[in-house]
Amino acid sequence: MSVTVSPRMGTIVGVDVRDAIDGDVIAEAVNAFFADLEAIEDRFSPWRPGSEISRIGRGELRPSDASPDVRWVLAACDELERATGGAFRAWRRDPGRPLDPSALVKGWAVDRAARRLVEAGLSNWCINAGGDVLARGAPGPDRRWRVGVRHPVFADRLGAVLEIDGGAVATSGLYERGPHIVDGRTGDLPQRFWSVTVIGPELGWADAYATAAFALGDEGLEWVHDHPAHGAVAMTADDRLITTPLARRHLTSFSGSSA
Amino acid sequence: MIARIGLGLASIALACALVLGFRPPDDAALTAGAGADGRSSGTANSAGGAAAGPTADATQVVDGTVIQTRFGPVQVEITVSSGRVVRVSAVELPAGGRSGAISRFVSPILASEALSAQSARIDVVSGATYTSRAYATSLQAALDSAGL
Repeated sequence: MSVTVSPRMGTIVGVDVRDAIDGDVIAEAVNAFFADLEAIEDRFSPWRPGSEISRIGRGELRPSDASPDVRWVLAACDELERATGGAFRAWRRDPGRPLDPSALVKGWAVDRAARRLVEAGLSNWCINAGGDVLARGAPGPDRRWRVGVRHPVFADRLGAVLEIDGGAVATSGLYERGPHIVDGRTGDLPQRFWSVTVIGPELGWADAYATAAFALGDEGLEWVHDHPAHGAVAMTADDRLITTPLARRHLTSFSGSSA
Repeated sequence: MIARIGLGLASIALACALVLGFRPPDDAALTAGAGADGRSSGTANSAGGAAAGPTADATQVVDGTVIQTRFGPVQVEITVSSGRVVRVSAVELPAGGRSGAISRFVSPILASEALSAQSARIDVVSGATYTSRAYATSLQAALDSAGL
């Protein structure tokens, strides 16, 4: 088992590889993974003034002149905005950071960079990018990846445990300091859920859907449920868990009561 | 250079790696109050007394710089034991002064061991995170100060 941790994308990214193969092969693959994350950050980070996203935000670069990946991401953000009735928005009213597709890019970057692990022949690994999880294979024989979901109120406790065979788990919520998620339709903070966790095959979509579902509030779980192969778990302010059927199948234990 | 270690299943120690060139640029979203940066720069509250930098058995708590943001001040605190980062948390700072570390934010990666008493055999933890340049800047300062 080898774990590599690096500060990335404003948070901490860890890669846990369980394949019983040559350590040098693993090291090279993990280094390539982090190198890809760095390159993506260079192009996408709204915190880097020279990135394509920052330049588009300032009106210095037309979206149609951007690189293919950036164009794809912006188109995906547009689609998400339409699909969520504006609850998910990449273009903000924030003059300092008018374009911020981070809710999609955070997970998408991991999906993209994780190709390096697959190309190297690694098939049992788990990436944790600041609370967004992408896993493949299994942590050991006859086991499934066990993903704890943080309790939204008590940071040192879990609210739920999910078991996955591979795939992504992303959580969006308000318990972290700072109102960074607003309902794009009203500009208000959603109050219904403390957090929404989405399970799906890819981290980019899971991440974006979690953000959108949280912003949508009550409609959020139904909205995720309408997307094939995706499920959601929401933790409410009154200590209840609400799950879609798919998410319920992955749930192994939880604190509080369930709805 | 990315630090890598092989872990025994019982080990909880993780090394937080520095990546060459990881230096957040000046950030337009940070407020003019960024002058508070220098106030608590790399304060080391060492349980064993003395200098910054990990020693064989000492456990140190190292604070990163205080970064002012639109949503309030952010300061990251790391706990270093035997040269390894074993905890990362955000210090909650009420207006006008410091308080102790509030465990509202515990790094998902490092929290897995702390949470294991509550639910056995967790491999990883998912949670919403405060991803921002302020956090990264403060964390980097804490790592620098701890000599990691």
